[in-house]
Amino acid sequence: MLANQIGHYSLILGLLISILLCGVSIKDFNNTNKQINQNILSLSFLQLVFVIVSFLSLIISFINSDFSNETVFNNSHTTKPLFYKISGTWGNHEGSLLLWLLVLTLFIFLFLIKSREQPKKYRILTLLFQQIIIIGFFLFVLMTSNPFNYLFPIPSEGLGLNPILQDPALAIHPPILYLGYVGTSIIFSSSLAAVAQNYVNKEWGKHIKKWVLVSWIFLTIGIMLGSIWAYYELGWGGFWFWDPVENVSLMPWLTLTALLHCIVVLERRAALTSWVIILSITTFTLSMCGTFLVRSGILNSVHTFANDPARGIFILIFLFALIVLSVGIFFIFHKENNKSSNDFFWLSRETSILINNWFMMYFLSVVLIGTVYPIFLDVISSEKISVGPPFYQKLIVPFLIPFLLFMSLGPRLKWIKSKIENKNSLIITFVISVILTFLIIKNLTTDLLFYTILISAAFFLFFTTLKELFIKKFNNISQTISHFGFSLLILSILFNSILSSEIITNIKIGERYDYNKGEIFFKNIEERKESNFKSIIASFEIKNKNGKTIELNPEIRIYNQPVIITSEADIKTTLLEDKFLVMNLVKGNEYFNIRYQIKPFMVWIWISVLLLSLGGLMSLFKRKI
Amino acid sequence: MKNKFSLFIVVIFLSFCFVILYKGLNTTNNYTPKTNEKKNIPSFKTRDFYSNNYVNSDKIFEENIFYIVNIWASWCVPCRAEHPLLMQLSKNQSIKLIGLNYRDNFNNAKKFIDDFGNPYSKILIDKDGTLGVEFGAYGVPETFLIDKDKNIIKKFVGPINQEIVNEIKLIIK
Repeated sequence: MLANQIGHYSLILGLLISILLCGVSIKDFNNTNKQINQNILSLSFLQLVFVIVSFLSLIISFINSDFSNETVFNNSHTTKPLFYKISGTWGNHEGSLLLWLLVLTLFIFLFLIKSREQPKKYRILTLLFQQIIIIGFFLFVLMTSNPFNYLFPIPSEGLGLNPILQDPALAIHPPILYLGYVGTSIIFSSSLAAVAQNYVNKEWGKHIKKWVLVSWIFLTIGIMLGSIWAYYELGWGGFWFWDPVENVSLMPWLTLTALLHCIVVLERRAALTSWVIILSITTFTLSMCGTFLVRSGILNSVHTFANDPARGIFILIFLFALIVLSVGIFFIFHKENNKSSNDFFWLSRETSILINNWFMMYFLSVVLIGTVYPIFLDVISSEKISVGPPFYQKLIVPFLIPFLLFMSLGPRLKWIKSKIENKNSLIITFVISVILTFLIIKNLTTDLLFYTILISAAFFLFFTTLKELFIKKFNNISQTISHFGFSLLILSILFNSILSSEIITNIKIGERYDYNKGEIFFKNIEERKESNFKSIIASFEIKNKNGKTIELNPEIRIYNQPVIITSEADIKTTLLEDKFLVMNLVKGNEYFNIRYQIKPFMVWIWISVLLLSLGGLMSLFKRKI
Repeated sequence: MKNKFSLFIVVIFLSFCFVILYKGLNTTNNYTPKTNEKKNIPSFKTRDFYSNNYVNSDKIFEENIFYIVNIWASWCVPCRAEHPLLMQLSKNQSIKLIGLNYRDNFNNAKKFIDDFGNPYSKILIDKDGTLGVEFGAYGVPETFLIDKDKNIIKKFVGPINQEIVNEIKLIIK
């Protein structure tokens, strides 16, 4: 109750500080002092503190199950384990927006501390732009989605947290994803400031690269955690469904990846300035767009939480205000650097990075069109269409072939002007890749030619980066590791999809089921009671052809608040494959429906994404040369 | 000059997007039934909800009567709203309802049916949502009216209401 009040007033105070900060910074802008006014730093810190207090208050309300708070009432229950009471804080619309605010204020504070060597006016402008975003979100939270709404009479029990959100991966998925998602706001603000100050040059490139890297790393890991959750919890047996909400997290990732590569050109040659600015603006716009699409209920998706048109309209207007502001600033202030610096020799590192960008933009347009086109079509012609995974796969997968080939060759080129070295060894590597692929998959798939080329391209990248890791003198190990991770990712995804197999059957306790590669034995079931659910745990013995047995214990959980039945898959993970068993009740209760899947190289998908981010992390901490 | 022109283009484009999204916000929840749909039902093979055996589409629509294919899921809130109307329709002798359980968890779906009643003469499983796509479905719920010649004659996007039920009753008379 008290926490509720404190949280609410902290939010209002935080908003007031924003306004105060704007005033102080505008006054300080024309001041001749070299350094920015110390008050700005203190105020920014104070703002962060208020948001933290507000966030902690909400967490405390959740821990105490204070149902006088509407958000707690809607999303918690006294029997929830403590861990999920806490993670429930950001598992809902209001709390997750508070998290947005927390990251926004945290990042601008860190930015102010970390940018002391940058020009003063640039820093102040960045702060101002960031404060505009922050004010927008404060107003959004206070006006349409206040997490501290008061309920009277106080309900004695809450409605409970959706059981599919009660999962460790999902508990940390939003904070990590948001650090990346919202982190792009700093790139947006500072690029606008840099344009306004005509400061888009090598120094700015070096300085902003760190922020790009930080956002990119968090975004990458955040997306991966969401994907892990989908794999373990939703029980669909896959890790990416081209769901609109997955797509909106992928879109900023694509532009951010493109930006990351362009920044490298910028910090060396002061070229591609307009493009870097456009990418920075687009990335944050896409993040905001994602928030709009998810929060307004305009899309139908498993992730849709809130269906309140008032919220949608607010974010939509705010989003377009930001776009208009940034486009205006770009057109008024941006001066194209002299043309010659954008002329690249056709065979050079710069050109290869541009090619990377073209591909990224292509992938982005596919995902963007697939996600928003149904909305546009619906409004214009009231025709409803559904865009499913085949659309994305057909348009993206074939283009991975040239993308992978360019990715293998590009990093070997030198800046400015280059020629391809070691042609022979490259050709040999390529031939080996093709032969290897052909030998591996010749009996596995019907579409032999296509997969041979695709997997060969992935193997080619795999071998070239692997060779680089061992033979070259570690000149750019972070990049090599990331690219190596990417090749591993594509390989694991491809082999996973080609080699997966599945058995679906109905089975009784004590029964055996023979399939062509082994035998499934349903031993028994056991019932267990936990604080917030009852569970039925089955034990299965699965024997494969070589007589090796493993035991799997899938579970059916019956949650009490709200009453929802979930199936918890049991997954045995080894380096080579995942064995995935999920069961469901069948009418009459005597039979159980089981789905047994063998998913090869599943764990390598996660490992390769980690490698990809490790590359980014190493680049972040690399000593400056 | 060139700069002003591109600014103009950008502004036009942005205004267009804004208007569309703004309208989209207001229209998504008001589904409009689309009429004059005349299309053969796709032939497909999928699993039966209860027995989990494969069934063929020509086996499902073999009687010489009207059929309704209703796409539903236990997680879909509008499906709950239209369910009593489906129950009402199912009492009609000259029509059979086929449920297509879309991207659902078996237990939740079963609980849904146990709680609200079963209007369907047969429930089929569309685990990954591909069957819905074959039907040309946009989301859940969606209802297709199929005539005796196995043509889809009407498609109703979104939850059906009393008006639509009356319309259907009129057609099948």
